[in-house]
Amino acid sequence: MPHITRDEVAHLASLARIDLDDAELDHLAPQLSVILESVASISSVAGDDVPPTSHPMPLTNVYREDVVVPGLTAEQALSGAPASEQQRFSVPRILGDEQ
Amino acid sequence: MTDLIRRTAAQLADALAAGETTSVEITQAHLDRISAVDGSIHAFLHVDAEGALEQAAASDARRAAGRPASGLDGVPIAVKDILATEGLPTTCGSKMLEGWVPPYDATVVARLKAAGLPILGKTNMDEFAMGSSTEHSAYGPTHNPWDLDRIPGGSGGGSAAAVAAFEAPLALGTDTGGSIRQPGAVTGTVGVKPTYGSISRYGLVALANSLDQVGPVTRTVLDSALLHELIGGHDPRDSTSITQPVPDLTDAARLGATGDLTGVRIGVVKELGGDAQGNEGWQDGVRQRFQESVDLMVGAGATVVEVSCPMFVHALAAYYLILPAEASSNLAKFDAMRYGLRVLPEGIVDPSAEDVMRASRDAGFGDEVKRRIILGTYALSSGYYDAYYGQAQKVRTLISRDFDAAFQQADVLLSPTAPTTAFKLGEKLDDPMAMYLNDLATIPANLSGVPGISVPGGLAEEDGLPVGIQILAPTMADDRVYRVGAALETLLTDRWGGPLLDRAPVLNGASS
Repeated sequence: MPHITRDEVAHLASLARIDLDDAELDHLAPQLSVILESVASISSVAGDDVPPTSHPMPLTNVYREDVVVPGLTAEQALSGAPASEQQRFSVPRILGDEQ
Repeated sequence: MTDLIRRTAAQLADALAAGETTSVEITQAHLDRISAVDGSIHAFLHVDAEGALEQAAASDARRAAGRPASGLDGVPIAVKDILATEGLPTTCGSKMLEGWVPPYDATVVARLKAAGLPILGKTNMDEFAMGSSTEHSAYGPTHNPWDLDRIPGGSGGGSAAAVAAFEAPLALGTDTGGSIRQPGAVTGTVGVKPTYGSISRYGLVALANSLDQVGPVTRTVLDSALLHELIGGHDPRDSTSITQPVPDLTDAARLGATGDLTGVRIGVVKELGGDAQGNEGWQDGVRQRFQESVDLMVGAGATVVEVSCPMFVHALAAYYLILPAEASSNLAKFDAMRYGLRVLPEGIVDPSAEDVMRASRDAGFGDEVKRRIILGTYALSSGYYDAYYGQAQKVRTLISRDFDAAFQQADVLLSPTAPTTAFKLGEKLDDPMAMYLNDLATIPANLSGVPGISVPGGLAEEDGLPVGIQILAPTMADDRVYRVGAALETLLTDRWGGPLLDRAPVLNGASS
């Protein structure tokens, strides 16, 4: 039976860029264990000969003519931005002190 | 005026065409109804009275000039808050998108506008469509018009409740694992999940791209067909959009409405409540109503075969690996940089973009969204990918094979839409697995891409609450769900002496 520990949940949350506090970890970790135990049976259902389905339609590539069509204006694209400057998204610093 | 809100969309369209009423009158009647009852239902997150009345006036002007834009020109509609509406807030039921106003329309919304349907507002939903009860909305739950202490289903509980409470004649929903059909079942309304790829997903905030599909939420099968035809068809902006034309659905619904099912082969799925011996977890009243519908259809000329889809028992597990995997990837875009919530972390001087991202995602997402993002991150992580996500994809293949085999024996498959009637608000809120089990019968269709409908099947004896009957058809045979759905609707309403919703309680604040 798979079991997911509190530390693993903390690590996964970190990978998913979500700051979970201690109370949230205490709450979510056991729930995730229950869910995982319920879905674990799947690992023995299909043999090696079964191809995977990623999508209900047998599509590979979809092409279109390479023509210019109207897109959003800069003003529209920035309309929901938390902060913007000179027609650009304004974001917090992206490099650490050591960089 | 009250009379207007109880009419079907088809009847409203006829009245408009005959010049008996105007779109402004119809739209105002629905806005009045929303004012009167939505305080207790909470189907809407945003009502656009001014915009709807403007669109209605424009519709009346078109009609006066003899140029209606479509058969439904002037009939108002409500839109699930996961579809982008230019100039109208679109929150997906999340704090992450509180106050966000999209700069563009989803293709289906653009098609509604081009066809002249005034948009009444945006309907409540589980956050980012994750849930079966609408309780995971960051803005509070929607209440079931049949019993305000019960859930309206989910994720599209707002759209179903709005239609059931006569706040809108039509609504749009989205169905990823049952989010149109299950709310339809528990509110006594009709909901359709079309064939995957037959309705554009452009401007639909993606939950799980390979499963999501937009569809109609209405009170009658014919109304769903009218709306489906209007929003369906190829869209070059959606790379998974099918190029084949949508089959003639209103013809199919009208043919079905005769109540004749001669020659139609109906498959009762053993694994979806169709096993007389077993099926623990299926409410007795649900199974009784289901059996009654099967018997009525046999009486109308259908033949019944029991079909077995053994892989369906693994559908829930496959779904709850595939969906979180896709959702965790999709929701990575909510990074607090370009739009949506930005929260500065406490106690950090000059925080980095990553610090801000972490704090914003913690503050902006609710519990269920966090659960699924973490589960998806786990399923996709190295070392577990093959055992979980890879296996789930293989099971998806096996489920499609089960469908293929079943459709060799039957033209349509029949099951109850949900294993129980509406449960009480709060009852399963902190027990995710119990909540997920409610999607048992609806999920296989999403995994395989086939179309399905939920039609009101009556009230369960033990609690007097609505039961839904699900009809599934092969890919691109959406016309079959309309034909058989309309036939069942006719057979049942004849038996009841009127629509099921006539038996719903009168809502406080409403004069009828």
